[in-house]
Amino acid sequence: MTTLLVEEKEIVVPGQIIAEGLDYLPGEDVLREGDHLISTKVGMVTLQGRFVKVVALNGPYVPKRGDIVIGKVVGVGLSGWRLDIGWPFEANLSLKEATSDFVEKGTDLSKYFDYGDYILCQIVNVASVKIIDLSIRGPGLRKLGLGRILSLPSPKVPRLIGKQGSMITMVKDATNCKISIGQNGTVWLSGEDPKLEMLAVKALKKIEAESHTSGLTDRMKEFLEREKNGL
Amino acid sequence: MAYEKRIDGRKFDELRPFEAKVGVVPRAAGSAMFKIGKTIAVAAVHGPRELYPQVFQNPTRGVLRCNYNMLPFSGSGDRVRPGPSRRSKEISLVTEKALLPLLDLSAYAGSVIDVYIELIQTDAGTRCAGICAAAMALADAGIPMKDLVSSVAVGRVGGKIVLDLNKEEEDYEGHATDIATAFATRNGQLTLLQMDGFLTKEELKKALELAKKGCEMIKEVQIKALKEKYKGGNNE
Repeated sequence: MTTLLVEEKEIVVPGQIIAEGLDYLPGEDVLREGDHLISTKVGMVTLQGRFVKVVALNGPYVPKRGDIVIGKVVGVGLSGWRLDIGWPFEANLSLKEATSDFVEKGTDLSKYFDYGDYILCQIVNVASVKIIDLSIRGPGLRKLGLGRILSLPSPKVPRLIGKQGSMITMVKDATNCKISIGQNGTVWLSGEDPKLEMLAVKALKKIEAESHTSGLTDRMKEFLEREKNGL
Repeated sequence: MAYEKRIDGRKFDELRPFEAKVGVVPRAAGSAMFKIGKTIAVAAVHGPRELYPQVFQNPTRGVLRCNYNMLPFSGSGDRVRPGPSRRSKEISLVTEKALLPLLDLSAYAGSVIDVYIELIQTDAGTRCAGICAAAMALADAGIPMKDLVSSVAVGRVGGKIVLDLNKEEEDYEGHATDIATAFATRNGQLTLLQMDGFLTKEELKKALELAKKGCEMIKEVQIKALKEKYKGGNNE
């Protein structure tokens, strides 16, 4: 006999028993201990068939292959760059993955990307915690120009983007800003009107604060309209 | 002298009034406050971040580093001198050992997770309050944990086993024994047991039962505080 002890979308805490019995399987951030399924994080319970997973509400970013992230250049070397992607160790962007130009040996690579530049790039390999390779070969991947950088918790990113990008498209359309979001929670935004740019920042912070609530897209729509009329 | 009534009028198995709050330090990855009686502990979690010097790095799992500190104005100043000392070093270590068995740091190899515990007001039971706050702060920071840790002191004052001693009871002239305990309350695992004084085997058993009961009460408040942070908005 298997029973689910919490409701779907309920917020659970570490150590809380989510289900009893063997019918349910432990998904992300859920642990099996004997007959019990236990949450290991503060998060929202989600069911996917027989899988029970906990969608964490906060937590450090852990790099995964294929993730699009925004990194800051913290090192310029002879054959590539070191980027801070919000992980304890720097990631490596090699020259080969950055440009198709012919670059002569000994060239100062800071003329491509200098210290402090932000780059939208993709993680192509995670060999170990300390060996993470990046690439900017891909659609939309580039060095980010002048703009504003925000840091949000990485578990909030899926909500920030929304289903098929619905949430972020709404913010972009309403504020006329260019926005890029990295899976690591770093957001770059740039707009022509400073007031609208500030509105976009406000909207993103609101999404961050209310990401665990339902009906957020509708509320955000109202919020953006109301705020825009007040400008 | 028989100890028939507690100095502050509590029952022998009663905790001091306690409360918890999560998210008190916005710049930290996770933070929490735990207050029990006049003792107030604030814990903030930073990291995972790269651990220096590199010799302390563990290539298979992350390192937990706790730092317990009493602020200069926190206590009455008559016995414990606040600030870095042999005592604070020891408490930092036992806090670490009390939390570590329940954490899963395998994803953070080579990194360190720093837990800073600051006691802003002290009146006995500081290490226990610190552990309660640190457990909540780690959960708030999203570090994977098998269970929360709750901690409370028990002891014998004037021949009576009492829960959650305050400063007057710790200094009781008829000799007091103080035991700091921490439990992972879901399966009753004991993660901290420190005793200062003497007890018989039976008394210790009785004291631990009492501590477990106290920890269960504390755990309820810890869970409530963690859920409270995400209460805003309609979560239907």
